[in-house]
Amino acid sequence: MSARYGMVIDLDRCTGCGACMVACAAENNVPPAHSRATARTGITPMLVRRLSNGTPGADAREAFIPITCMQCGHETPCVSVCPQQAVEVDKATGIVLQMPQRCLGCRYCMTACPYHARYFNWWDPQWPPGMEQTLNPGVSVRMRGVVEKCNLCHARYHAATEKAAGAGETQIDPLDYVPACVEACPTVAILFGDLADPSDPVSIAADSPDCFRLLAQIGTDPKIHYKTTQDWIRALADRNSLRSHSPEAQHV
Amino acid sequence: MSEIALLDRRWITRGVQRASAGRFALWLAPWFVLLFLGAYAAGLCFFYGLNQTNMDNRFAFGLWIFADLSIIAMGAGAFFTGFLVYILKQQDLKPVLNSAVVVGFICYSGAVAVLMVDVGQPLRAWFTFWYPNTHSMLTEVTFCISCYLLVLILEYIPLLLKNRQLRKIPAFLVFEHQFHKLVPGLAGVGAFLSFFHQGSLGGLYGVLRGRPFAYRQGLAIWPSTFFLFILSALAVGPSFLMLVVATAEKVTGKQLVQNSVYRKLGFISGVLLALYVAAKAIDTYIWLNITSPAVGFGPRDFYSYWPLSSLFLFIATVPLGLLPAILMIVPVTARKRGCLLCGAVLASGGVLLNRFVMTVQTLALPTLSFDSFLKYTPSWQEVATFGGVIAYGVIVYSLSYRYLPLFAARKGADPNASQD
Repeated sequence: MSARYGMVIDLDRCTGCGACMVACAAENNVPPAHSRATARTGITPMLVRRLSNGTPGADAREAFIPITCMQCGHETPCVSVCPQQAVEVDKATGIVLQMPQRCLGCRYCMTACPYHARYFNWWDPQWPPGMEQTLNPGVSVRMRGVVEKCNLCHARYHAATEKAAGAGETQIDPLDYVPACVEACPTVAILFGDLADPSDPVSIAADSPDCFRLLAQIGTDPKIHYKTTQDWIRALADRNSLRSHSPEAQHV
Repeated sequence: MSEIALLDRRWITRGVQRASAGRFALWLAPWFVLLFLGAYAAGLCFFYGLNQTNMDNRFAFGLWIFADLSIIAMGAGAFFTGFLVYILKQQDLKPVLNSAVVVGFICYSGAVAVLMVDVGQPLRAWFTFWYPNTHSMLTEVTFCISCYLLVLILEYIPLLLKNRQLRKIPAFLVFEHQFHKLVPGLAGVGAFLSFFHQGSLGGLYGVLRGRPFAYRQGLAIWPSTFFLFILSALAVGPSFLMLVVATAEKVTGKQLVQNSVYRKLGFISGVLLALYVAAKAIDTYIWLNITSPAVGFGPRDFYSYWPLSSLFLFIATVPLGLLPAILMIVPVTARKRGCLLCGAVLASGGVLLNRFVMTVQTLALPTLSFDSFLKYTPSWQEVATFGGVIAYGVIVYSLSYRYLPLFAARKGADPNASQD
């Protein structure tokens, strides 16, 4: 049976520490930002953004929302637009995969993505001398001029399947496949698992009335769920609840 | 007379008057400067990468895509005039046919050049033919633009071979004579390809489910923008052709085509523009009342941000849509060349504004409810590359005008003795 890997991110637990961003960059060989890079030209497959209720004084409230590829499961916007099939949905896992080696760098997929979760390599990847020793040998470095995105640490999935195959198993041990951001989160704000498995904790959590998905109404079946009990966060982040025209969101 | 002037004289069509070689060189000089500046800027982008632009992860498309969509729409006069002359037998438009082919060739080759700079890995362009995603509008765009550019090159070749010196080579003369028989067929193929290309450029945005400002429902696999782009390109193509010919007349100080040709082009443009405005109004009504509300977006989400407010919608529809249509259709105004050209300018402006809205406003508007309106200003490299393409167009058209029988006379007349 095919899996549908996804997440439930508890916004009430997220402190905005950015450990998930750092872990993601280290795991996936994201190069240090170029000196001219900005918040809009850097590569952050996992990006923690700040939410504010916009109220001054004692009533001011802030929260953090990690934004990553939503792994859309239906009419995946980036898959259908890519002219040369460099993006695909893995039927075995439901993960939206990007093939940088085939990417033309046209950036049509970035235009199509409503979550702005795709990143273009505006510069040649470069590491300070010696730091290249820290590169993850399981993940290819992407060259200048191609698009990349979160693939739920697919290299870890590969490693887990190899381990399972070596042990003569057909299914991976869920404990062997945990994305780097999930592993790094100090407050256990990110729950990861198989949404197709009703007994999986992530499936159970996703069914909570406190959960919502960003732009779910456009019909792309995102597999990243957000959880909060705070009305103002729900109202600000969930378009179904309330549409706000004076939102406040910044990069951490 | 200097050697260069004599050499230049020998390449100019016999019996026509052209400016001196010196004046012509003076005319071309600034355009060549702009062309070299554009080539330098494009070179920077090739060498250092697209970090030379002001595009970013949020504004992944910028000035170049706007330019591409606009240039292609303006070049629609090529396939449409060919279609009118060869398929619908509107022979009275034949005097502008060569000019239309050159304009189309310039527009399409210029757009391809810009696209090659715009992609991050231009050497992988062939991947689209090797691993085509048949669901992608960009695949359709790539196939159509490549094939139609080939058709335009094939249509341009007979015109090139009409040059006074090239005609002296017997093989070229025979080739040109034989090849000319294929041109009506090419016009048909070109009409088909360009028709789909114009449409797929509209479809490029219309299929963006994740961008409710651009997303449209449609017929079969095509969103409504597919058909609206075709209609608007058909409308603006003749208008832009009129403007090019009128500019050539102004620069050269000669009347190149009869007023009746202008009126016919204007009438065709006006009628199609009126149809387009009506279709666009219906489309906008359905989009704002059905398509967008279904996914939780409303007019406030699209038109609350100055300066890209509903004012743009009004300007594109009335002063740059209905008004030029009236100017070019109503006999009282259509008889006056000034009104006709004014209509053509407004119509071209309207289509440019529409392409701007589709490309730039779509990306500027927030989709996430906690996101903000985005701004983008092109870098000098982007502007210079765009300017280089404009310069390329002016240079190719100027050279074509000078050395080729661009405005050949009516059927049966000797192009060498044409009125220009």
